[in-house]
Amino acid sequence: MAKKSFRQAVNEALSQEMARDPRVIVMGEDVAGGLGAPGEDDAWGGPLGVTKGLMKQFGRERVLDTPITESGFIGAAAGAALTGLRPVADLMFVDFMGVCFDQIFNQAAKFKYMFGGKARTPLVIRTMYGGGFRAASQHSQCLYPLFTHIPGLKVAIPSSPYEAKGLLIQAIRDDDPVIFFEHKMLYDIEEEVPDEPYTLPFGEANLTREGDDVTIVAFGRMVMLANEAADRLAGEGIACTVIDPRTTSPLDIETILEEVRATGRLVVVDEAHPRCNMATDISAQIAERAFEALRAPIRMVVPPHTPVPFSPALEDIYLPSVAKIVDAVRAVMAGGRKAA
Amino acid sequence: MQLNRDELLRAYRDMCLIRQFEERVHAEFATGDIPGFVHLYAGEEASAVGVCMDLTERDTIASTHRGHGHCIAKGCDVDGMMAEIYGRKSGLCGGKGGSMHIADLDRGMLGANGIVGGGAPLACGAALSAKTLKTGAVAVAFGGDGASNQGTTAEAMNLASVWRLPVIFVLEDNGYAESTASAWSVGGDPVKRAEGFGIPATRVDGHDFFAVHEAAREAVARARAGEGPSFLHLKLARYFGHFEGDGMTYRAPDEVARLRAEKDCLKLFRRKVSEAGLLEGAALDAIEGEVATLIEGAVRRAKADAMPEPADLLTDVYVSY
Ligand SMILES: Cc1ncc(C[n+]2csc(CCOP(=O)(O)OP(=O)(O)O)c2C)c(N)n1
Ligand SMILES: [Mg+2]
Repeated sequence: MAKKSFRQAVNEALSQEMARDPRVIVMGEDVAGGLGAPGEDDAWGGPLGVTKGLMKQFGRERVLDTPITESGFIGAAAGAALTGLRPVADLMFVDFMGVCFDQIFNQAAKFKYMFGGKARTPLVIRTMYGGGFRAASQHSQCLYPLFTHIPGLKVAIPSSPYEAKGLLIQAIRDDDPVIFFEHKMLYDIEEEVPDEPYTLPFGEANLTREGDDVTIVAFGRMVMLANEAADRLAGEGIACTVIDPRTTSPLDIETILEEVRATGRLVVVDEAHPRCNMATDISAQIAERAFEALRAPIRMVVPPHTPVPFSPALEDIYLPSVAKIVDAVRAVMAGGRKAA
Repeated sequence: MQLNRDELLRAYRDMCLIRQFEERVHAEFATGDIPGFVHLYAGEEASAVGVCMDLTERDTIASTHRGHGHCIAKGCDVDGMMAEIYGRKSGLCGGKGGSMHIADLDRGMLGANGIVGGGAPLACGAALSAKTLKTGAVAVAFGGDGASNQGTTAEAMNLASVWRLPVIFVLEDNGYAESTASAWSVGGDPVKRAEGFGIPATRVDGHDFFAVHEAAREAVARARAGEGPSFLHLKLARYFGHFEGDGMTYRAPDEVARLRAEKDCLKLFRRKVSEAGLLEGAALDAIEGEVATLIEGAVRRAKADAMPEPADLLTDVYVSY
C-alpha cells in the first residue's frame, strides 16, 4: 500500500475499471485534451489533471473528449448507459448541471421506474464541487442536495482518497445512475490507498471518530474538518462520534439514529446552501424518529443563504470551519445555548 | 476608413489598455496575489474594441469568462476592474464576483460569465427589452468557438431570427476551447450555421481592427434599422493560456511567438494608420505611456484597497425579502 492523493485515487479507480471492463468509457471536455491541436496529445486530463494518462492507456475510442455541449454529451452518456456501455461522464464543475439537468433528472434518473423496471442505466457522472478555490458563485457550489432530491439517482460524496477509490469503483459497477462528487480542495490530500481494486458499499456510513458525548454528521470535505474538530474537542474532554454517510442517496439514516440515540446530541455539518440541504434533511429525520433521545437542540453548521462570494475575505467566513464546528459542539454540550 | 482622428486614437488607446491590463494581470497572478480563475484576453483586442466602437452606453453586451477586454471596450472603469480581480470592496462588484463576473450595468456591460454559452440568450433578452421599449439600443453576444457548440447558442440564434431581434452574435474563434482545437470541435462552418437560422453572417480577420469594425458597423446599423440579427465569425488568437496556470503544451512551441510577431492586432493597427498617414508614431507612443501610468495606478490602488467587510457577505442576495 502506498500513499496516494485523492487525484491519484480517482485516476487509479478509473484506470483499473477500464482495464477490467471494456464497456467502461470516459467522456467529457478535455478529459484527455489536445484534440486537433498541434502540440501535446493528452495535454490536460481535465482542468485539474485528474484523468491524465487514461487516454494514453486506453485510446481515444474509450477516452472521449467532447465539444462544450453538456446537454449533448451527458444525455449521450445516459443513452449509452441504457444500451450497453458503462460511461463515466465528467461534468467538470457541478455548477454546469444547469446546462444539462434535464438529461439527468428527467431522463437517466427515471428510466428504470418509468419503464416499469425494465431499464438499467449504469451511468456515472463525476463532478467537482465545493468552495475554498476562490472560484466565485458559478464554480463553487455543492448542489448535491438537488441530486439527492431526485428519486432514481444515487449520490456519492467521498471524504478522502481511500473513500474516493472504493466508492468510485462501486459507482462504476453499480447499475443505477450515480452522481460522484469530488471536492476540488481534496485533490492534493494524501493517505494510504490499496493498490488493488476494492469497493465501498453505498448506503453504509463510516464512523471516522467514536465518542459518547456528541454525534457529528459531515459530508465530503467537511468530514476532514469534523475529524479535526473532534480531535481538538477531545483535548477538552468532549468525545465526539463523526459519521461520514458516504452517500446521501441511499442515506444510512439507521446508523445516524443509532449514534444519536447513544449520545443524545447531534451536529450536522453541510457545505451546501442551507435551505433544503442534507443538514435539514437529517435534522428532520432525527427529530421525527429520535426526538425523545435528544438532550439538546440539533445544531447545523452550514453556510449562510447566499451565493458563494469571490473575495477571500468573504469566502473564508462563508464556509463552515473547524472553529464553527467546535463552537456548535460546545453549544450542544451546553444544552443548546449558543456558545459565546 | 470611416474613423476620424479622435476615434482612431480612442481605438488604439482601448486596445493598448486591454493589452497592458492583461499583461500586468498575468505578471501579478504569477506572484500569487490574485485569487481564483483568471482568463486573459490579450491578442483578441481588435474584436472587443472593433465591435464596441459604434456602441453607446445604452447598448448592451453579454460577455464570457474571458471578459476583461469586453469590459474595457465597453467603458468599464479600469480601477474598479482591477480592484474586483483582487477581491476588494472597491471593485466593480464589491469583490463578490471576481474576474469571471465583472459587470457594470450602467455601461451596458451585462457581465462576464462563468458558464460557457450563458451569454447569448441574455443578449437576446436585452435586445427584446430594447425592441419592446423602443429604445433603439442593440445587444451584442460575445462567445468563443467552444461556446458556439452549446445548445444555448443555437437556441439564442433561432430566437433572435424568429423574433427579429436587434442582436449581434460575435463568435471569437481563438482556435481553442481549453486545450481542444476548434478545428476539431466545431463541426461544419459557423457562418453556414448562422445562415441556416436565416441570419446574415460573415467571416472576418479578427486580428484586423478595421475589418472587425467595418463588419460590426454594418451589423449594428442593421440592428438599429430593425432588420434583425447578424453573426460575425472572427478568427483570432489568445496569447496566454486558457487560464493562468495553463502550460499550453497543446500548442506548437513557437505558436504564440509567431502570432505575436506576425498577427498582433496592435502592430497591425499601427502599421495601417502610419502607412495611411492617419496617425503619427509619437501620438501612438504617447498613448502607450498614458496607459502604462493608468495600469500602474490601478494595480497600486487595488493592492492598497480594503477587503469587503464581514457584513457584506449577507447583502445583495435579494432586492427585498
Ligand atoms: C457550461 C460550461 N462548460 C464548461 C465550462 C468550462 N470552461 C470554461 S472556459 C471553457 C472553454 C471555452 O472555450 P471558448 O468558448 O472557445 O472560449 P475561450 O476560452 O477560447 O475564450 C470551458 C470548457 C464552463 N465554464 N461552463
Ligand atoms: Mg476559444
